[in-house]
Amino acid sequence: MDLAELQALAEQERSKRKSIRVHCCTSTGCQAANSLGVKENLDKAVEETGMGDRVEVVGVGCMGFCGRGPLVQIDPMDTLYEEVTPETAGSIIHALNGGTAEPVQGDSQHPFFARQMRVVREHSGKVDPERIEDYIALGGYQALHKVLYEMTPETVVQEVSSSGLRGRGGGGYPTGLKWATVAKMPGDQKYVICNGDEGDPGAFMDRSILESDPHLVLEGMAIAGYAIGATHGYIYVRAEYPLAIKRLQKAIQQGKKYGILGSQVFNSPFDFKVDIRIGAGAFVCGEETALIQSIEGGRGNPIPRPPYPAEKGLWQCPTLINNVETFANIANIIKRGAEWYSSIGTEKSKGTKIFALTGKIRNNGLIEVPMGITLREIVEEMGGGVPDGEVKAVQTGGPSGGCIPASLLDTTVDYDSLIKIGSMMGSGGMVVMDKETSMVEVARFYMEFCRGETCGKCVPCRTGTVQLYSFLTKILKGQATAEDIEKMEALCYMVKDTSLCGLGMTAPNPVLSTLRYFKEEYLELLKQPQNGKVPV
Amino acid sequence: MSVKTLTINDQPIAIEEGKTILDAAKEAGIPIPTLCHLEGVSDVGACRLCLVEVKGINKLLPACVTQVAEGMEISTNTPKLQEYRRMAVELIFAEGNHVCSVCVANNNCELQDVAVEVGMDHSRFVYRFPDRGVDVSHSQFGIDHNRCILCTRCVRVCDEVEGAHVWDVAQRGAACYIVSGMNQPWGEVEACTSCGKCVDACPTGAIFRKGTTTAEKAGDREKLEFLVTAREQGQWTR
Repeated sequence: MDLAELQALAEQERSKRKSIRVHCCTSTGCQAANSLGVKENLDKAVEETGMGDRVEVVGVGCMGFCGRGPLVQIDPMDTLYEEVTPETAGSIIHALNGGTAEPVQGDSQHPFFARQMRVVREHSGKVDPERIEDYIALGGYQALHKVLYEMTPETVVQEVSSSGLRGRGGGGYPTGLKWATVAKMPGDQKYVICNGDEGDPGAFMDRSILESDPHLVLEGMAIAGYAIGATHGYIYVRAEYPLAIKRLQKAIQQGKKYGILGSQVFNSPFDFKVDIRIGAGAFVCGEETALIQSIEGGRGNPIPRPPYPAEKGLWQCPTLINNVETFANIANIIKRGAEWYSSIGTEKSKGTKIFALTGKIRNNGLIEVPMGITLREIVEEMGGGVPDGEVKAVQTGGPSGGCIPASLLDTTVDYDSLIKIGSMMGSGGMVVMDKETSMVEVARFYMEFCRGETCGKCVPCRTGTVQLYSFLTKILKGQATAEDIEKMEALCYMVKDTSLCGLGMTAPNPVLSTLRYFKEEYLELLKQPQNGKVPV
Repeated sequence: MSVKTLTINDQPIAIEEGKTILDAAKEAGIPIPTLCHLEGVSDVGACRLCLVEVKGINKLLPACVTQVAEGMEISTNTPKLQEYRRMAVELIFAEGNHVCSVCVANNNCELQDVAVEVGMDHSRFVYRFPDRGVDVSHSQFGIDHNRCILCTRCVRVCDEVEGAHVWDVAQRGAACYIVSGMNQPWGEVEACTSCGKCVDACPTGAIFRKGTTTAEKAGDREKLEFLVTAREQGQWTR
């Protein structure tokens, strides 16, 4: 396939489109609420009313407002229906002929939507994830064609560097720098790995991208392959995401069929094949060295760095490993230019970030916001605040992050500000807590998670998390003394400073951040003195 | 090959490129405690006892896997490192069943030696009363999982020197244990050549010879010496 054919295919797809597109979400969240039943009845209604000539029902990916699913949205009117059931689905189609639709109509101008800036999720909820033609119709794979025929690998790396994109997996390492390092490594065999082992409790950004727009990730990976000189990529997806895996498999097959993936991409000398590897349920495999071990068929244990994967990664070859969301940014950076991309965000954190807004909040779901927005805008304006209550804290960064108190809600969302206040960007989980929430319970919840997910290789993480968990349990049972809190805090710093990989290094963060901002809650739970003495 | 010069605890040292900080310290006679390190097999950096401070780097670095670099200024025994090491040893003692007085390895145990070295006299952490089982199905040897510190020296020596790969680690986190064969009793693992390298590699009394009783697991230095050189000399079996 060449550029003319690609454009012709896009044009042909666009002209085939019917004047009214009814988008029905078929992502995991909405499927769980029977959106497939909804879609079936929508199709039936179109047939019954004989509107098949101008109305088409399209199964799409995530629209974001997951708390109110199943969602149905109609283009070009931009009408949104929430909590649609198979019974009420038909009325939506009838309403197009002047009837009344039964399901609740959502407000597409609500700040939850209006305040978003959709770069990665631009076509999410509009494009059919199971048809490559639909992606091509929206300009898909033109960025890949552009890099292959108009850019050298060096200029691609340069473009990504000057866009200011930083790793979306949580650490925020400059993506361009990583690409440049791997590109400059000697060796004929290099690999690209896409890390889709999303495992933070309450986070589902990557799943949504993979389910809603799999080709966007594949395009980003292929561009990366060209830039660094790799001909083989792996997507590592956790087994808990069967729909994402299914859609990726389909997407790879379709890409191969059109000559966009596989050998001689777009008839150029560049080959790029992509394989899927399915995780076996270990959170620690999201750590890059453990992930690589897992792809190689070994036990998913982290290994000491250096050497970094950029030097010796998969099968000891230089390896580029980026997160799903990072790759999903690439096509847009190439298409619209680094200058455009770097105009979004703050000085040191560019672009947008997707957050999974959950917890005690009115509007929960996925949002994509520009860096530099404040937590208050996200929680209060977009999220609509806590139903019948007040925000107490916001947890970001999952088990590696921390709890941010309501008093710091004016903090801007960027890598450095969040680290400064003891949390981190993380992969994008954002859990809102109300006044009823016990922060000690929250700390224990995350410690229980880490205790269960540590691989057990290094001493501080394997045994330290168990001991931290028992300190927190002791405190919650009202059996702890002030000395226990001191011991616990000292252990937190030890685990943080001495653990082998990122899991252990950040596991104490939920404890440390709650100790920093909510110490009184810990002190209230201490064993109360009787007759001036603390009972033994 | 070039030579790097650096200082450890202000002592100037010259050492070949590619060597580790631990090699350099050893050559200079500076003690750095280790448990998972075993000369002659690969390093994993798991016990975290050999962590050192290097000026200009804000992370602690494991001496066993960190290569020397020109001009490094290394400190091996700062108050912070001493405290962290003591805590690590206390954590190990709280995790397993390390009651020296009834252990086969008493007086001959690297964990015991390290505990003395870091000055640990009690553990500030809650004892976890391990119940991890004992496997004495092998005709000559036994493994008491409660005394295991998961250093994986047995795993590496069996895989890298003997080439049998009888051992590996099963499960994760607190549930981790050293597994034999396909999770079979040790005695039923056909791959085991009964060479006894794991017994000699074990730093504690976890893997022992049957019939040894308290304090009788004498360290056979000759055998350890063999482990050190076996790979280079191609002595794959005894």
